[in-house]
Amino acid sequence: MLLRVTDLVKTYPGPDGPLPILNGISMEMKAGATLALTGESGSGKSTLLHLVGGLDQPDTGRVEIDGTDIGAMDDAARAAVRRDKVGVIFQQFNLIPSLTVASNIAFQARLGGREDKEWMGDLAARMGLAEQMSKYPEQLSGGQQQRVAIARTLAARPALILADEPTGNLDEATADSVMDLMLELAAETKAALLMVTHSERLAGRMGRRLHLRAGRLA
Amino acid sequence: MTKAGLQALLSHWLRNPMQLFTLIVGLSLATALWSGVQAVNAEARASYDAAARTLGEGRFAQITSSDGSIPQADYIRLRRAGWLVSPVVEGRLDGVRLIGLDPLTSPSGLTPTGADDGNLTIDVLAGGVLFATQDTFARLEAHDVTRVVTPDAAPGIIITDVGTAQRLLGLENALSRILVSPTQPVLQTPLAEITPHLTLRAPQDGSDVGRLTDSFHLNLTAFGLLSFAVGIFIVHGAIGLAFEQRRPVIRTLRALGFPLRRLIALIAVELLALSLIAGAIGVGLGYLVAAALLPDVAATISGLYGESVSGTLQLRPEWWLSGLMIAVGGTCMAAAASLFQLARMPLLASARPRAWAMQAGRGRLYQAGLAVGLLILAGLLGAFGSGLAAGFGMLAALLIGAALALPVVLDRVFAFGASRAKSVTAEWFWADTRQQLPGLSLALMALLLAMAANVGVSTMVSSFRLTFTGFLDQRLASEFYVYADDADQAAKLYTYLAPRVDKVLPIQSTTQNVRGLPSEIYGPTAHATYRENWLFLQSANDAWARIEAGEGAAINEQLARRAEIAIGDDITLAGEPFPVLGIYGDYGNPIGQAIITEITFKRLFPEIRPSRFGLRMDVADVPSLTEALRDDFNLADAQMVNQAGIKAFSLSVFDRTFTVTGALNVLTLAVAGFAILMSLLTLATMRLPQLAPVWAQGLTRARLGRIEIIRAVLLALLTAALALPLGLALAWTLLAVVNVEAFGWRLPMFLFPLDYLRLAVFAVGAAVLAALWPARKLARTRPSDLLKVFSNER
Repeated sequence: MLLRVTDLVKTYPGPDGPLPILNGISMEMKAGATLALTGESGSGKSTLLHLVGGLDQPDTGRVEIDGTDIGAMDDAARAAVRRDKVGVIFQQFNLIPSLTVASNIAFQARLGGREDKEWMGDLAARMGLAEQMSKYPEQLSGGQQQRVAIARTLAARPALILADEPTGNLDEATADSVMDLMLELAAETKAALLMVTHSERLAGRMGRRLHLRAGRLA
Repeated sequence: MTKAGLQALLSHWLRNPMQLFTLIVGLSLATALWSGVQAVNAEARASYDAAARTLGEGRFAQITSSDGSIPQADYIRLRRAGWLVSPVVEGRLDGVRLIGLDPLTSPSGLTPTGADDGNLTIDVLAGGVLFATQDTFARLEAHDVTRVVTPDAAPGIIITDVGTAQRLLGLENALSRILVSPTQPVLQTPLAEITPHLTLRAPQDGSDVGRLTDSFHLNLTAFGLLSFAVGIFIVHGAIGLAFEQRRPVIRTLRALGFPLRRLIALIAVELLALSLIAGAIGVGLGYLVAAALLPDVAATISGLYGESVSGTLQLRPEWWLSGLMIAVGGTCMAAAASLFQLARMPLLASARPRAWAMQAGRGRLYQAGLAVGLLILAGLLGAFGSGLAAGFGMLAALLIGAALALPVVLDRVFAFGASRAKSVTAEWFWADTRQQLPGLSLALMALLLAMAANVGVSTMVSSFRLTFTGFLDQRLASEFYVYADDADQAAKLYTYLAPRVDKVLPIQSTTQNVRGLPSEIYGPTAHATYRENWLFLQSANDAWARIEAGEGAAINEQLARRAEIAIGDDITLAGEPFPVLGIYGDYGNPIGQAIITEITFKRLFPEIRPSRFGLRMDVADVPSLTEALRDDFNLADAQMVNQAGIKAFSLSVFDRTFTVTGALNVLTLAVAGFAILMSLLTLATMRLPQLAPVWAQGLTRARLGRIEIIRAVLLALLTAALALPLGLALAWTLLAVVNVEAFGWRLPMFLFPLDYLRLAVFAVGAAVLAALWPARKLARTRPSDLLKVFSNER
């Protein structure tokens, strides 16, 4: 099993005491699987994604990737997991504004020591970014920036791709084309894809679907 | 991985060269300010040290002759009688002072450079070798001698062996004076039996000039301390902004798997490299500042206090190292706080600058508490502290406390402004200004300290000028002063001078312990000169008349403070009690002093004869009298002092002092102004998300730009309003606490409102200049750039 989440609990401090966000979430994903995580705003989707990606730590429960509990790891070990096994695609792109498109795409792969220039070039061409490689993020449209963010994740060939509303900032047509590419490339690299989305239409294109309601799986 | 992370961090500077420029320039200017002041200090101190080493013979007893020349045979007689003495030949060669010493017999510690490694002694013994600095040699004509450039030698003085000095000065077989070693055989033939025509003079105690020089240095050190504080705030601001600008990149790097520890290490190394580069540039700039200032400082010190400073700058390790230390140390201090914050900040914390502002807002309460605590501590140290450490502690607590209090006070002022705002624009203006405070506070603190330093140091120097010129009027009331070689010559001089001038005022003194403290006792003639010019800091009624009637004494401030003597208390002189009727200022004198009238003095100390005379006369007759004394008594120039010349020279020296402090003031303000520019430029980029909605709702870009300038003026004015009392408190601390603790006398404080007004105008000008560029940038921001703010929103 690539991903196993067991009895995950997460609270945040609130004005009237701890505010429960996730309340006993358990789920599993095999390598190459695709899963849509849906739910209303505030239902805990992004929090679950952050915990699975090692960006945050649970109060209780386990997040295992390839059989290793990342919740028990220290910061450096979790950083290594993010670098080597997980790729996160943010809604706000989170590109490095001072690096060119080419450097941004290569960045995570270089962090993990897995830079493959041929694969990168192929990715850029299929993402329609071949002409944009020497530009800076601020010179691109929102859709192009999101393609760069996806290419950056895929260039590192992660085993698990976590996408937090990756098309939330894009129009429908652009969102569809980005989604097509993401699914195609995830399948090609045999990566599992866990995507948070509000869109029923996009959720319908994933292999499985989980719905969160008030911190619990519905 | 490290390479990729480093590339991401460094690429930020490549894409934002202006931010890199402001960071480097901010660090460089802070370093330049500090190292410039330190360079002047270090150079001046080094010159004193060299002078003290080379001319340290003042520390030793000396044997002199009334006609200024001692036959060499007398020296030999003394040596044969067992006296441990050393010959000195002195004179002027091409206008430069030449001193011939005997290194084998000279008292320890007295060498050509003070750093004798043995070779120098051998060189001196070889004969025909002159030691001096390059500058001093440049003033010398060609002579048949070997020149050895000695950078550590005292400025304006050439040292050589006795024989060479005699040959060059045409003083064959003659010595100028003989130094007496402090260690002498127990059984010794008295001098009067060996060479009765020679006089033994005791070593000089701590000189007035040395103490005043220390005072000037203390003031420069205080300025250095202030420049350090200003520099630290600027460095802190620059580093804090550098972190803030890259917050989103740091978050992304961590999210993509870059380990936090390595990230912190990379940033630390990067900042260290930047601080070293900026520090080196700053030291270079500081050198230029110091090189420009040093001639004036040298003239100030040598003119005012009589000590020599070379006037040329050397790259002394102590100051360039201290310059680098402030850049690197300041960066480390500032970076430590930011790195600590980074290490504690959750990965998912907002990458937007607002998070920083909110965090600063939460810390404001602690900051206010710390500020109040420090200000109370300053007050307590002022009221109950004693000692120099307490004085400097009070200064530090006052400055840091006031700087920390500034953002808190401004925040309250803006909140008040918002509550009273009538229009929606005004309401937004106050709220927006308040929101900007965290980003601007460090630059404003630097401005506050810079302005307070201006007010404080200007007040101190100007007060010093007024006091000192008044003091010169008091002490140099006579038009002309004559110094006799001995009592016989003094008696002849008195007879000679009495019919030629309006009044001869004999100056006679002796030393005695007063309340256990070594003090000078003076017995001036009862004359209007003293009544009209010697002003008391405190006095009993009709003090001068009673002192002239022999009913009491006046003492100097030092004695009054050290022995805790008040008006009406008795002091005992030669076993007789005298009530203290007056206390007078005696700036620069290290020891106590008491004045009784001449008749009483002669009764108490009948053996003392005056050797100096103050002459009241028509100033126009001074040149002819000088000539006459030179011809009739063979008096040297040093034995005749023209009061008017000294006063005029002192005033010109003060003008140079003003040049130095004025230049440092302008530099400090300029640096603070640059810090504001740096902060505003950085904030201008970060603030687009806050300004775009206001623009979208109807405020034009031009108006937003104008508001930025109004905001800068307001901030500068408010800071100036707080800087004035802080600067005055600073001046008071320096004059009334630090000076008293260090030297035992208190300088009166005068206020100079026009100077303060001019300073406020300069500060506002600097703030407007700093705001112009960001305001223009804002007014010209393309609508498309403002619209991008909305396109990124959810």
